[in-house]
Amino acid sequence: MAATDSVQDLHLVNLVKSFGDFVAVDDLTLTIPAGCGKTTTLRMVAGLEDPTGGQILLGSTDITNEKSYKRHVNTVFQSYALFPHLDIFENVAFGLRRRRIKDVTGPVTQMLDLVELGPMARRKPAQLSGGQQQRVAVARALINQPGVLLLDEPLGALDLKLRRQMQIELKRIQTEVGTTFVHVTHDQEEAMTMADTVAVMNRGRIEQMGPPVEIYELPRTAFVANFLGQSNTVEGSVAGKSGDDLVVSAYGASFTLPSARSTRTDGAILVGVRPEKLAIVASGAAVPDRHNRVTGKVTDASFTGVSTQYLVMTSWGDEWMVFEQNRSADILRPGDEVIVHWAPEHTFGLDVPAAA
Amino acid sequence: MPALAPTAGGSAVVVSGAAAQRRPRTAYLLLIPGLAWLGIFFVVPLVSLFFTSLQAPTDRAGVYQPAFQVGNYLTALQEYWPVFIKSFIYSGIATVLALVIAYPLAYFIAFRAGRWRALLLVLVVAPFFASFLLRTYAWRTILADEGFITSFFNALHLLPENRILNTPIAVVLGLTYNFLPFMILPLYAALERIDPRLIEAASDLYASPFTGFRKVIWPLSLPGVVAGTLLTFIPASGDYINATLLGAPSDRMVGNAIQTNFLQFRDYPIASALSFILMAIILAVVFVYIRRAGTEDLV
Repeated sequence: MAATDSVQDLHLVNLVKSFGDFVAVDDLTLTIPAGCGKTTTLRMVAGLEDPTGGQILLGSTDITNEKSYKRHVNTVFQSYALFPHLDIFENVAFGLRRRRIKDVTGPVTQMLDLVELGPMARRKPAQLSGGQQQRVAVARALINQPGVLLLDEPLGALDLKLRRQMQIELKRIQTEVGTTFVHVTHDQEEAMTMADTVAVMNRGRIEQMGPPVEIYELPRTAFVANFLGQSNTVEGSVAGKSGDDLVVSAYGASFTLPSARSTRTDGAILVGVRPEKLAIVASGAAVPDRHNRVTGKVTDASFTGVSTQYLVMTSWGDEWMVFEQNRSADILRPGDEVIVHWAPEHTFGLDVPAAA
Repeated sequence: MPALAPTAGGSAVVVSGAAAQRRPRTAYLLLIPGLAWLGIFFVVPLVSLFFTSLQAPTDRAGVYQPAFQVGNYLTALQEYWPVFIKSFIYSGIATVLALVIAYPLAYFIAFRAGRWRALLLVLVVAPFFASFLLRTYAWRTILADEGFITSFFNALHLLPENRILNTPIAVVLGLTYNFLPFMILPLYAALERIDPRLIEAASDLYASPFTGFRKVIWPLSLPGVVAGTLLTFIPASGDYINATLLGAPSDRMVGNAIQTNFLQFRDYPIASALSFILMAIILAVVFVYIRRAGTEDLV
C-alpha cells in the first residue's frame, strides 16, 4: 500500500447544509453532539447529501457536484453497512470490481491481512463479531486508496474495551497507509487519542481546530473548554493590564492571565483553568506568589488511587473540580476550608457565551 | 445494527437452551389444530382424488368403479397436452408481467413512500375487498370491443384480431391483474428488510445506481422474487375464471379442462388425473426453480 501519493488535503469551503427552513443543526442541543452536524458534513463530503452552499475540494479539485460513485472518497459507515449477501472477500473486493480492476485477489488478500482477517475471507458478515465487522468496513473502504477516508463514528457500536483496542488498530492502519482519515466521533477522549488535528463542531460550525494538545491547553470557546475535557470557569470583567498580563476581577477576587491566552482584552470575560492544573491547600497555608487563588469549601473528595478528585464550592457558589495527584497522604475532607491556586500561565480567557 | 445482531443471536440461543426442556410438548400441542385441518381438508381429499383418478367406467354414464386404471393419466395427457402447454405459457407470461409491474412499485413503497407507505399497502390489497369474480367481470367491460382501451389500440393498429376481449391477451392481462398483489406483497417484504444504507455504501464504493441495484438490491430481494413468482405462477396455472370470462373457447386453460370434465362430462377419473398431472408439473417446476434461485444461500 504505497498510498503516500494519494494523500490529499480536504478543504471544506463555506459549506452549508440546510433542511427546509432551518439550518441542519441549529435546533439541536449541545449535549447531543451526534446532532451537531458532523454526520451531515461527512455525508456531504461522501456525496450522499447535496450541500446547500459552499465548496468541497479534494486536493485542488472541486468535487462538490461530483456523484458519490465517482468521488475518490470512501466511507466507513456508522453501522458498517456490509453487504450481507457477499462474503468478506467480496465485500472488500466490491470497490475494485466496480472500477473494473482485473486482479483483485492480491490487493484483497493484502488488505485482509492488514486488518488481520485473512482466515475469515469466505465468511459472511453475519458470522463475524462487531469488531471484525468494523475491520471489514475499514478494509472495504481503504482498499480503494481513497484521497480521504471518512469514518462516521466507526467505533460507536463497540463496547468500551473493544473500542480502545480498535482505536489503537485504526491508528496503526492509518500510520501504515498514510491516508487522511476524517474521523467523526462524539467521544472526546477518542478524538484526542487518535487525531493529529481535532476540529470541534458545535451547531454545525467548527468552533476550534488544531492539534489535540493545543485545543486542550488553550480552548478558544467556552463550548470547547467544556466539551474537550473539563474546565473550571468564572465570569468576570477585565480590570486592566499589567505588562503582558490581563487583570480580571470577578466576585471581589482578581486573576491574572497572559493576554496572549485570552480571546478578549476588555469587557466581560470568562476565566478558565483545567482541573489538573489546580493545587489545593488548607485555608491559611502558603500560596506561591503570583498564583491566582480561589477560596472555598470542599464538598466532595473522591480518592481514585492515582489522584484525588475534589469538588470545591467557591465563595460565589460555583462548584470547581480539582484533580490532585496523591503525592502526600493527607487528604482534605468535605467541609474543610481550602484555597485553590494555580499559575497564571495555565489560565485561559474566553468570550462569555451568549445565554445558553 | 449489524454489530448488535450477533449479541442478540447469542442471547437468543441462551433463552432457547433454557426453554428446550418443556418446549417439545407445547409445540406439538400447538401443531394439532393445523395438522387436523391439513388432514381433513387436504390429505383426505387428495387421497380420495388419487383413487378417483384410477377408477374405471361402468355401464352407466357418470358412475365409476374402483380400479387401478393408470391409462387415465395417458388419456388425459394425450388429449390435453396442448392445454397444459398453453396454461403454462399464459401463467408464465402473466408472472413475468406481474414481476415487471410489481418490482418498481414494491421498491417505491419500501424505500421512497415515507408516510404514504401504509396507505399504498392498503391500496395494494384493496382489490381483495371486492370479489374475484366481480373484478374479472369488470375487466370484460374495460376490455370490451367498443371500450376505450380497445379503440385506442385499434387506432394504432396494434391488435392482430382487432380486439382484446376473447383473445389470449385478455386472459394474460386478467391473470396478471388478479395475482399482482401476491407478487407485490412478498417483494415488498423482502425489499423493506434491506438496509437503505447498503445503497449508499454501494454508491460510496463506485457502483452507479444501476450497478448498485444489480449487485446489492436485486440479490438481496431474491427471496421476495422467488416467493412472489411462485405465489403468482402456481394459482395462475390452475386458474379457470380468467380464461372463462376473458378468453375465447380456444383459450381454455387446464383449470377449464378439469372443470368441464368434472361438471359437464362427469368424467371424474380424467378430471382427477388432470389435477394430479398439474400438481406434479407445478411441483417439479417449483423444485427446479428454487434450486436454481439458490435461495438457501441468501440471507
